[in-house]
Amino acid sequence: MALQAEVKKRQRISFIILSFVSFLWLMPLVWGLATSLKKPLDIALNPTSLIPQTFTFEHYLELFTKVDTPVLQWMFNSFIIAAAYTVLYLIVASMAAFSFSILKFKYRDQIFWLVLATTMIPTVINLVPLITMMIDLQWFGTWWALIIPGLGGVFGMFLLRQFFLGVPKEMIEAATMDGLSKFGIFIKIVLPLSKSALIVAALFAFMGNWNDYLWPLIILTGTEASMWTLPVGLSKIAGTYNYNYGLTMAAAILSIIPVVIIYAILQDKIIEGVSRTGIK
Amino acid sequence: MMTLPRQIKRNRFIRLLKEHIFAGGMLAPYLVIFSFFFIFPFIYGLMISFFNWNLFYPEETVFVGFSNFQTILFNRESIFFTYFWRGFFNTLTFVVISVPLLIAIPLLFAILIDLQPKGFRFFRTILFMPTVLSIASVVLVWKWQFYNNGGFINALLVQFGFEEIPFLVSQPWAWISVLIVTIWWTMGTNMVILGAGLKNIDKAMYEAAAIDGASYVQTMRHITLPSLAPQMFIVTITTTLGSFGIFGQTDLLTNGGPDFTTQVLMMVIRPLAFGPNARPGIATAMAIMMGVVMITLSIFQARYIRSKGE
Repeated sequence: MALQAEVKKRQRISFIILSFVSFLWLMPLVWGLATSLKKPLDIALNPTSLIPQTFTFEHYLELFTKVDTPVLQWMFNSFIIAAAYTVLYLIVASMAAFSFSILKFKYRDQIFWLVLATTMIPTVINLVPLITMMIDLQWFGTWWALIIPGLGGVFGMFLLRQFFLGVPKEMIEAATMDGLSKFGIFIKIVLPLSKSALIVAALFAFMGNWNDYLWPLIILTGTEASMWTLPVGLSKIAGTYNYNYGLTMAAAILSIIPVVIIYAILQDKIIEGVSRTGIK
Repeated sequence: MMTLPRQIKRNRFIRLLKEHIFAGGMLAPYLVIFSFFFIFPFIYGLMISFFNWNLFYPEETVFVGFSNFQTILFNRESIFFTYFWRGFFNTLTFVVISVPLLIAIPLLFAILIDLQPKGFRFFRTILFMPTVLSIASVVLVWKWQFYNNGGFINALLVQFGFEEIPFLVSQPWAWISVLIVTIWWTMGTNMVILGAGLKNIDKAMYEAAAIDGASYVQTMRHITLPSLAPQMFIVTITTTLGSFGIFGQTDLLTNGGPDFTTQVLMMVIRPLAFGPNARPGIATAMAIMMGVVMITLSIFQARYIRSKGE
């Protein structure tokens, strides 16, 4: 049928365009990887070649041994901070989401919509007051400031609440009949049923914290390099080693690899989580 | 009518009380943190904007009324007036050029992927991937693409006999560089949201349109785009707010140059918020003005899209 042929033709055109675009999209990363593995002379003479003449790990070694570029330490720091934040956030947010969905109390939905409505306020207004508060709490220059304030984040809590609302009422009623307490229902029924939503919420909490740039940049002002998070450290590398292509590319690639691996494993969950934000 | 026996009434009261206490306990950690780090700073911020605030010597803080707003908005002599309006104009420039591109390009890719050509999942994976990277990693890779001496793009240009382009140090190339990086980095989110919307469209509608002899473009205009209204709504507002808050790209890529043309509002606010030249009162006043514009703009956009959707 003509219609069938038409669809096939469109698919072919789409395939060609997407192949080309994907190639363009990967190009900077491929070039970065190639550059990080080239000898300095090779970088200078063949800047556009994507295959090193001789492979070398000297830039990576230089990165590890230089005192002012402890990239592995930064990755470790970022990981600890983001992991601590994610665990705490899941606990706090899932408890709140449970209250806002399964439990019944006065003004429940009013409080919930009030919380949601405040997300309309651009966070930039909170910047200076939060800095002042961090100084007063003596959290300035510490990791506390990178972990605790963000625990009030709304996105993951909202996501969990929407998911909890979908837990069948009959299951909860049956559990209540069996004498399970409300807390028991939370731990033994709602949480295990919501694994996929918890994973999505955890991913977004982790990525958001791991990638944050402006806030740690301010908070970690004046601290030792060994305290920094990865984005803060990388921004210093970008400023300091301006024309050492091999070194900077090694740092960039190193910072990208763990994220890309996690992405490759969990991409379906991540994409699912993002596409959900478009469906109210 | 018989009243309930007292005992039952009391039991019910105690049960309700217990439930409320439990619900309160479950909610408390989140609500306390939320109030303390989201609501309180907002009110605190409104207050700070009325003071000549001193972060480290509170005794030197003075109440100045509307003077901070007066200064940044109207006082032509003040350096902060220059900073604010320059930053505001630069930010607005970026919003105006970036938002249409950050919707049109992901929409195009989403439509192509929705046709489900061979390997469409793989393409989606590749195109979405940069969104999970930190801006610092992104700029670290891209900065060296744009450089003049052996940067990838310029090296390519030279190889093919063209002149080098001074990407980061001249306009409009500095904005184009910032745009390229922003599109590369953030486009995936909108692509996936719009893609989810496309997937929900009933394919039978397409077939019906095709049988009626509608062209591809007609089908797009009359079926696809109207069905995407809810996703467009979210994408337009979040993208506008995101573009308003641009910081990392210009801070790391162009450092506000050349000649302050990419010094966006967040870059103006940051050193005023904290550092040796901090003026927290001024910074907060700027942030509030920025917030007012952002909220107003999203309300107008919401109205506009709603009215068009009907």
